[in-house]
Amino acid sequence: MAVMSYIQAVTTALREEMQRDEKVFILGEDVGKKGGVFKATDGLYEEFGGDRVLDTPLSESAIAGVGIGAAMYGMRPVAEMQFADFIMPAVNQIISEAAKIRYRSNNDWNAPITIRAPYGGGVHGALYHSQSVEAVFANQPGLKIVMPSTPFDVKGLLKAAIRDNDPVLFFEHKRAYRLIKGEVPDEDYVLPIGKADVKREGDDITVITYGLGVHFALQAAEKLAEDGIDTHILDLRTVYPLDQEAIIEAAKKTGKVLLVTEDNKEGSIIGEVAAIIAENCLFDLDAPVMRLAGPDVPAMPYSPPMEKFFMINPDKVEKACRDLAEF
Amino acid sequence: MGNKRHEKIGLSEEQVLEMYKTMLLARKIDERMWLLNRSGKIPFVISCQGQEAAQVGAAFALDRQKDWTAPYYRDLGVVLAFGMTPKDLMLSAFAKAEDPNSGGRQMPGHFGQKKNRILTGSSPVTTQLPHAVGVALAGKMEKQDFVSFVTLGEGSSNQGDFHEGLNFAGVHKLPVITMVENNKYAISVPFDRQVASENISIRASSYGMHGITVDGNDPIAVYEAVKDARERAINGEGPSLIEAVTYRLTAHSSDDDDRTYREKEEIEEAKKHDCVLTFSNYLKEVGVLTEELDEKIHAEVKELVNEATEYAEEAPYAAPEHALRFVYEE
Repeated sequence: MAVMSYIQAVTTALREEMQRDEKVFILGEDVGKKGGVFKATDGLYEEFGGDRVLDTPLSESAIAGVGIGAAMYGMRPVAEMQFADFIMPAVNQIISEAAKIRYRSNNDWNAPITIRAPYGGGVHGALYHSQSVEAVFANQPGLKIVMPSTPFDVKGLLKAAIRDNDPVLFFEHKRAYRLIKGEVPDEDYVLPIGKADVKREGDDITVITYGLGVHFALQAAEKLAEDGIDTHILDLRTVYPLDQEAIIEAAKKTGKVLLVTEDNKEGSIIGEVAAIIAENCLFDLDAPVMRLAGPDVPAMPYSPPMEKFFMINPDKVEKACRDLAEF
Repeated sequence: MGNKRHEKIGLSEEQVLEMYKTMLLARKIDERMWLLNRSGKIPFVISCQGQEAAQVGAAFALDRQKDWTAPYYRDLGVVLAFGMTPKDLMLSAFAKAEDPNSGGRQMPGHFGQKKNRILTGSSPVTTQLPHAVGVALAGKMEKQDFVSFVTLGEGSSNQGDFHEGLNFAGVHKLPVITMVENNKYAISVPFDRQVASENISIRASSYGMHGITVDGNDPIAVYEAVKDARERAINGEGPSLIEAVTYRLTAHSSDDDDRTYREKEEIEEAKKHDCVLTFSNYLKEVGVLTEELDEKIHAEVKELVNEATEYAEEAPYAAPEHALRFVYEE
């Protein structure tokens, strides 16, 4: 068992999958010689060569589309979008093509592609290097969207994504890359896509979140514990399709639910989580479902005070939890 | 006996007759679909009429046991040549469960059949081009000796995926043959309102690949261009862009009325160069096709179309709840 950073877990999963299966290859901008702008593919070009760690033209739709074609042939492409914000030119390929290939061909074809992209704010990335884009894709049956929070989950879920026979969007929080460290087993393991994970057991209030929000909630929970407020934390891990059973169970456990995302509030993933709770947990709730999210402005501004204002953080989560506990 | 152009490029009598029969079959299936549409039996049809020579000429130049194709919605001739049957196509027209393209999920013209290496297609245009490039990339990585053949219309050559896909193929010298079937109209908008360059094939130079414009009404000319392109691709000399100049003899689809944007005289003129007719005339001139044989082929084709239509009309739909299946692997 080694302690590694979130991004090291990404690289480890990629390396092990490429060693395991010759059909796995990486394509994207700057993924080869440079090893990626964040160094997620560091050392892979040297180990596997330029054909399997392919530097592509600056063309997101081609990165996705060529990957989809190779996947239909029988390869296991892992496409990298340099920033989630730049996935937009590839949306037609992802939504019109990857998501629908199995369905529209009546199960004759499938497109087992993994598309990785760093997302999220708090890194002085301004509007176009900070966004959470999962909601764009989260009403597209045929797609799976994975957003892990810990190095352990990253390794197990990225391996699962690569081995999955359907397209998976794998969004990595870029601020977590070096900030979050954790123990990761040396051995080969996969974690189930579509399953949420309880990151802290508690009896008083429930926080349901994902990505960096999990760590904010864990930090807030420590402070709340000092005042006798016991927080239950559910990490969604897969934000589409949602693990309804785990959401219902977590909501029923305490009857007081706070939902957290750093995405803009309206139309975000947590709105759907709230709907699941509303449909299933009416008589188990002791307070209205509460949401903590980014404001409904187009994206995160660059100037540090405005960025801080936009971002969620442990203090904001803690305050929301106290309000909920006191309801 | 006239000038046997087909012999000069290595096509046997058998092959040109097979090409003719495939073109005629495509035409007759298409014509039947219009009749079925106008009599209210099928909701939609989109045509290959006028483009059969380009489609069949190209497909016959490929290795149809090995090569892959990503056809566009008019490519009835391509998919027939790649092994799809009239029955398969009629099952798709009637949206029946047994339709191998989609089990009745997609409109007709949205081809796909894994066993014949025909990639599944959608309605947003040109998305298939990067897919074909991806197949070629995979083939190169796996050291296979097939080519990937993708088609589209000239309007589609304005999409980002055209540029992104061809540039990718050019940079990595991939064995992809892209054929633009320039039928002069993107629904109602004519070529000069679609494309700023003098033709489509000139665009090849931007992507570092071979480009050529050929007469899309002449299956032998198209055959020759695709054969050359295939050789270059197999020899590691990279991709090609072929423009086959054709004419769309029908409206865009069964939901379009082309009288609102083009003159009747223009269509009448184009019909004089109808590729099925001109190829039949050529084959007769060079003594490959006799009137008697032509009648026999027509009768065979008619029989195939009748059989397919009857079968598909009788075939069952998928159960309504089948709509829930195959979103993900089951």
